[in-house]
Amino acid sequence: MLDKNGIAKRIAKEVKDGMYVNLGIGIPTLVANYIPEGINVVLQSENGLLGMGPFPFEGEEDADLINAGKQTITTLAGSSIFDSAMSFGMIRAQKVDLTILGAMEVSENGDIANWKIPGKMVKGMGGAMDLVASAQNIIVAMQHVNKAGESKLLPNCTLPLTGVHCVKKIVTELAVLAVLENGGFQLLERAPGVSVAEIQAATAGKLLIEGDIPEMQL
Amino acid sequence: MINKVVKDADTAIKDIQNGQTIMLGGFGLCGIPENCIQALLRKKVTDLTCISNNAGVDDFGIGLLLQQRQVKKMISSYVGENAEFERQLLSGELEVELIPQGTLATRCMAAGYGMPVIYTPAGVGTEVAIGKETRVFNGKEYLMEYAFDAEFAIVKAWKGDTAGNLIYKSTARNFNPVMAMAGKITIAEVEILVPAGELDPDQIHTPGIYVHRIFQGNNYEKRIEQKTVRTK
Repeated sequence: MLDKNGIAKRIAKEVKDGMYVNLGIGIPTLVANYIPEGINVVLQSENGLLGMGPFPFEGEEDADLINAGKQTITTLAGSSIFDSAMSFGMIRAQKVDLTILGAMEVSENGDIANWKIPGKMVKGMGGAMDLVASAQNIIVAMQHVNKAGESKLLPNCTLPLTGVHCVKKIVTELAVLAVLENGGFQLLERAPGVSVAEIQAATAGKLLIEGDIPEMQL
Repeated sequence: MINKVVKDADTAIKDIQNGQTIMLGGFGLCGIPENCIQALLRKKVTDLTCISNNAGVDDFGIGLLLQQRQVKKMISSYVGENAEFERQLLSGELEVELIPQGTLATRCMAAGYGMPVIYTPAGVGTEVAIGKETRVFNGKEYLMEYAFDAEFAIVKAWKGDTAGNLIYKSTARNFNPVMAMAGKITIAEVEILVPAGELDPDQIHTPGIYVHRIFQGNNYEKRIEQKTVRTK
């Protein structure tokens, strides 16, 4: 079973040289720490920055330079800054190659719910609906089950949707799964020490298991 | 050159009336018009509809207008940092319309470009789509969203000149340029105000035609919401 950093490390292997990538808040942010040497990617922050750099050193933080999580950050050689309309323009026009975000639920036809829990405070969707509606390649980073022990990989989402038929791949503490075009989660890899039976038990949606399922290489 | 300069924030916002719709630039607390927010607090204008990506925090930004019960309705994409906001929303004192961030930005842009509607895929198949006209282009479904209609836009820039031309700094740009274009009357506060001719025309982000009033603000606090650093 993986911890949060393990999930991030596995997702980092999906990041290819030359990609423009948008990382959501939470586990997706950690992916930046595991992008292999020699792989050149540009991180997009949807408040209006391409080429997001690491956090600044103490005393060098700039209130005018933050990321979409409102954290102080830095720019890199080759960074560019633009307004919010252009930021979502490049997302809508599919110039951003890969979107990695968290989720509360994913359905077997690729629907995602990650912005609202009825009866609890609604914080808002931010840029999530724009990202999932337009991105060609969406990877979800999340825990396989919720705090109550219920599966988050479902036949249908029960929470209000963020987007429909959009998630392509899911990486959890237990497994890597692809969402099939005609519905269903195809099991691709097992986390170290996790059995297929454990993954089956934690998956409520339709799970396809073909042949031997390899263990993740981290 | 037309001179857009007004004396101060109080003069700039003096004709904003109760019940009007105002846009406020900024993302989180980054690039917000701090001086004009203070002037709105002094003017005590009420029942405002505020279009802004966020709603500030309890004791800064738009959160201050909420504390004084000056806001009737917020139109935002994310409002998660504000306990007073939550209290007023749950008690029914405050209306809120949550819309996707890109839709918010692009509805501003449409207003500034003179286009009545945009089509966006954001929100298709979700509760955001309820009651909205949709169209299919090239096999993909889009929602029709209207350009915003706001009496005032209040923005913050880094540098400006007396002709109203604006230059923003870093990610404090965010919603400011598109809101500057979208207001019927646009008020710009800047950290540095220079005479027309001192800014390079090639470097202007917002042309002065979109700006009706400009002044040099003071005492910028520029509060940081999430200070994150690394060690050397």
